[in-house]
Amino acid sequence: MVNTLSVYQQAVMLMAALITLTSFLMLGQSRLLRLVGVFAVQGLLLSASTALVAHSMALPHLYISAALSLVIKGLLIPAMLFRLIMRMNLHREMDTVEHPARVMIGGASLVVFSYYVCLPIVKLSTLITLNTISVSLAVVLLGMLLMITRRHAVAQVVGFMSIENGLFFAAVVSTLGMPMVVELGIAFDVLVAAVIFGVFFFQIRSSIDSLDVDRLSQLSEVEE
Amino acid sequence: MAWLMAIGQPLLFILIAPLLTGWIKFVKCRLQNRKAPSLLQPYRDLRKLWVKEAILPETASWIFSAAPVIVFAAMLLAAAIVPLVAVNLPTARIADVFVMVGFFALARTFLVLAGMDIGTAFGGMGASREMTISSMAEPAMLMVVFTLAMSAQTTNLSLAMQYVLDSGLVLRPSFVFALAALMLVAIAETGRIPIDNPATHLELTMIHEAMILEYSGRYLALMEWASQIKLMLYGVLIANMFFPWHIATDFSLEALAEGLLAIVLKLAALSVLLAFSETLLAKMRIFRVQEFLSFAYLLSVLGMLSHIILEVYYG
Repeated sequence: MVNTLSVYQQAVMLMAALITLTSFLMLGQSRLLRLVGVFAVQGLLLSASTALVAHSMALPHLYISAALSLVIKGLLIPAMLFRLIMRMNLHREMDTVEHPARVMIGGASLVVFSYYVCLPIVKLSTLITLNTISVSLAVVLLGMLLMITRRHAVAQVVGFMSIENGLFFAAVVSTLGMPMVVELGIAFDVLVAAVIFGVFFFQIRSSIDSLDVDRLSQLSEVEE
Repeated sequence: MAWLMAIGQPLLFILIAPLLTGWIKFVKCRLQNRKAPSLLQPYRDLRKLWVKEAILPETASWIFSAAPVIVFAAMLLAAAIVPLVAVNLPTARIADVFVMVGFFALARTFLVLAGMDIGTAFGGMGASREMTISSMAEPAMLMVVFTLAMSAQTTNLSLAMQYVLDSGLVLRPSFVFALAALMLVAIAETGRIPIDNPATHLELTMIHEAMILEYSGRYLALMEWASQIKLMLYGVLIANMFFPWHIATDFSLEALAEGLLAIVLKLAALSVLLAFSETLLAKMRIFRVQEFLSFAYLLSVLGMLSHIILEVYYG
């Protein structure tokens, strides 16, 4: 049971649960600015849990990745998205979730599904924090669900970024971090992706005059 | 001694509940830069209502005059189940938390029946809203109970509190979610902002006040008192379930005094939190209540899932 763990491991568990909660909050959030805000909170939680793992397992190199995710995922990318939203005057735009209750139930069943999938892996290992791996798989799947259910390009990008958060969390808690080169590479890839997405936003908007990507599937400008 | 405590504890609920309401009002007034009424004002209001003549509407049947007594009695019985200053009470061992939810449902049923009995538009409207909200709040409440029961291996409140007390300070993700969900449910069920505004009788959006609009005199006093006890019940439930420290585990005088002091301080702190949220938030549109409560339900489901995923081991 949970009371046999050390305080730091308990805190890692709590962080895992809170990261799932932020994924659900993103799923239900229709205002773009708040969506980016919740995404920033998820980045901060991710960085905090990395630091906790670094402390409890005495792995100093994880502090570097904690700092990286703090700067890039907690501050830089949200700030970039925030600036984009402000510059493109989208801060009043609503990206309404259709059937929010169904999306939420779908999200909850994704968590159950990822638990079911990860159960054999967890049983094989002796690492106590390993059952957070199903949580991180759930975060990945929830990010995909966010991308599927939204029409707005910014919301889809946030979903994409949160998929990356889930993968990063899985790497930290189950294999105690990737090699530093890989980690640095991924961090900068994500950063570059954010920049490129920004350019794409302007491209999409100048060609279809909206960021509703459902319009991209129509061939002509004329309404039928 | 144990039975004496078991009888004394509901009486303590009855005595303290108006004070709690007064304290919440006091903190709210201070936060809003207003002059606060005395802490004893709710007692004075109750006394005033008690001595006034009670007028029954012409169309009222026996349900209308019986409902206040039944609602009050149901709250009193629920108060007997929830440990206030001491655990291990005989009454708390007889009935578990489902019985408490059942008492709440009983009280609500008669409140709603009384609202519809007189046949005014407001009564029926308030009744239908109350039922809508409670039908969404009750599943979330029960999911919270299930989550707690899975950790503590019991649905008995006294034993569950004992379990939390014994295991010391443990960070349980499921408890964090359950606490948040229970707070949202408590706000909805006790009719506080942002679901319902307890301070007004003159709004089209009122829920609780709409049902008891036709009551006067001692009937109204009983209804008000019952809803104050219900607010306190939820407060005590949150405080003692998640933070049971310093509750009395035996019936020695020092332990009881410590338990009483602890619960008073916990309730005071919780009401400051409530007053803050009531000051910061505006009342919701009635059609958004469903979102609010489905979020509570989501939190409780996540609590249960995180208990299964994160807190149970196979190693």
